[in-house]
Amino acid sequence: MYTYTEFDEAFVRNRVAQFRGQVNRRLDGSLTEDEFKPLRLMNGLYLQLHAYMLRVAIPYGTLNSGQMRQLAYLADKWDKGYGHFTTRQNIQYNWPKLGDVPDMLDALADVGMHAIQTSGNTIRNVTADHFAGAAADEIEDPRPVAELLRQWSTDHPEFQFLPRKFKIAVTGSPTDRAVTKAHDIGLRMVRNAAGEPGFEVIVGGGLGRTPMIGKVINEFLPKADLLPYCEAIVATYNLLGRRDNKYKARIKITVHENGLDTFRELVDARFAEIRGEFSGVDQKILAGIEAQFAPPPLRQAETTSFEVRYAADPVFRSWADTNLSAHKSADHAIVTVSIKKQGQTPGDATSDQMRLLADIAATHAYDELRISHEQNVILPHVHKSDLPAIYDALASVELATANVGLVSDIIACPGMDYCALATARSIPVAQTIATRFDELKLEHEIGPLKIKISGCINACGHHHVGHIGILGLDRAGVENYQITLGGDGTETAVIGERTGPGFAYDEIVPAIERLIGAYLNIRQSDDETFIETYRRLGMEPFKDALYGESARSGRAHAA
Amino acid sequence: MNIIVQDAGFTPETWSGAIATLDEVADESATAVDVPGDANPDDLADHLDRLALIRIGFASFADGRGFTLARRLRRMGFTGRLRAAGHVLADQYTMARRSGFDEVEIDADLAARQPEEQWRARADVHAHDYQSRLRA
Ligand code: SF4
Repeated sequence: MYTYTEFDEAFVRNRVAQFRGQVNRRLDGSLTEDEFKPLRLMNGLYLQLHAYMLRVAIPYGTLNSGQMRQLAYLADKWDKGYGHFTTRQNIQYNWPKLGDVPDMLDALADVGMHAIQTSGNTIRNVTADHFAGAAADEIEDPRPVAELLRQWSTDHPEFQFLPRKFKIAVTGSPTDRAVTKAHDIGLRMVRNAAGEPGFEVIVGGGLGRTPMIGKVINEFLPKADLLPYCEAIVATYNLLGRRDNKYKARIKITVHENGLDTFRELVDARFAEIRGEFSGVDQKILAGIEAQFAPPPLRQAETTSFEVRYAADPVFRSWADTNLSAHKSADHAIVTVSIKKQGQTPGDATSDQMRLLADIAATHAYDELRISHEQNVILPHVHKSDLPAIYDALASVELATANVGLVSDIIACPGMDYCALATARSIPVAQTIATRFDELKLEHEIGPLKIKISGCINACGHHHVGHIGILGLDRAGVENYQITLGGDGTETAVIGERTGPGFAYDEIVPAIERLIGAYLNIRQSDDETFIETYRRLGMEPFKDALYGESARSGRAHAA
Repeated sequence: MNIIVQDAGFTPETWSGAIATLDEVADESATAVDVPGDANPDDLADHLDRLALIRIGFASFADGRGFTLARRLRRMGFTGRLRAAGHVLADQYTMARRSGFDEVEIDADLAARQPEEQWRARADVHAHDYQSRLRA
């Protein structure tokens, strides 16, 4: 795992001192509220519905136990004993006081963490595959590149006041677990014919009010060209991106309005100018970072204790079947810890839960933890003989829910409960759906299904790429929920399609129940997943389930 | 009276010549030009050798185009004086210098609200700079 160099450490401390000064200068009038706003945003501090919110970066989703304990400490000392993991590998604290924030940032710096560029119109926290370094299907660990991009984008003098926020995601595996096609820049590691590693560069993806799947701007970018090429893209966007309308300011619109070919020509021209500035020092720094991400020395031992428990204990077996993924070493596993017990707020973790996870990581999991964009916590390297002990420890704090990838493993944004922009509640909808299918005991029968919920058109809950997406809107003061079907956030990314008119708050959960009931009736076999059935049969049977067959002719007319 | 901010602090204006608008830049006698944030830097390509001062306007501190314009002009070979003018914050001084600006021009109101020491606190432009570590 990456540890801060002296340079990183001094940088972060200096940044905290600057922010302390900015808070004081806001209080003494040197800075107007308008001027202070982007400065606090650059340091992760939002003003929300009820209070400030501090968004802390978990770079490329990786944490050690000491860092997780510190997150628990912040939750106890400056929040109400919990934190909220987001869909972009951040943790949010919802109740800090302005005057305390510099101390919180210092406490983060004590463990090599920060809140820099977690908001504002700048390059945000770079996200990566949460199974990085552990997945059986990986080409290369994407985190060293993500760390290099972090260093390059941090305080980049040209790019602190972009037209709009800018998000980069990296995956090192052909299976895209980082939703790269829905990012401003998505990087997918590939090899060329000569076997050299490089990137497929995707540009202009994004969800929000105008969802777009990113387009390939470069099929193979050599690894050494990464920083100058990204700099060329962002420099082009900084001059070309629209600043007259906030809703048209993202790079997806810039690429769409100018056309990919024109945009690519401009980027290539900038790249030619910039390339020579990177003489290879960055590649030496990258090599140093790569050495720090060397995998832990995996231990060799019998796995019999796992097999015995697996055979004897059906509850353990169900958890193992659902929450484990293939590790590149056959006697290890990747454990996804669901922090979405049915009925809880997706993404919320208490300080006790964080400390227990830290203890487990320190004792059984080579001191490594990950946060996924699906708002779960991951133990990336676990020897199978440790799984029974881990399971028992998790069960003691209600963290052993066997629902990863299932109907109750819902992504939901904070919505009306916290977010000033929300037009509807999203957390209670997620809670009700999860509880309902738990009562029906249908979760495992239904199988893999991704439900994603956003509380407004900004789509922080990624509803467009949910197999079932739910978007909460406001219709004349009443919450109204639109459903989309068939979305996909992986390497086969697709934006989901709207079913038709929305549903009121008290109708949305029954509507989801009808959809899933229809799926169970029409699937070819128990192995055909919801998304496979949808792809085979299309929208019609699901529309019938939602609106009734009698509505069909009316629909034909309306269409 | 506008104030010029350099690394040493506030200084009076030392440019005494005329400053042309972008439309007038082709005039052979122009040695200084005002460039708005939405300008296309390629329009200046043929005149860079002749110009001694380019002043890039910041209508709002939140509009960061000027930083990329400055970097482009430096990459195109401009070696004269490069000035950021208008609504630029003390907190942006380091960014401006690192993007290729030599100095910042602000009005008296802003200078009163953000006095000299707030700018000088940002004048150590080489400290804590990721960019200079990644390039040679
Ligand atoms: S989708 Fe809307 S309601 Fe939900 S967190 Fe984003 S801005 Fe807030």
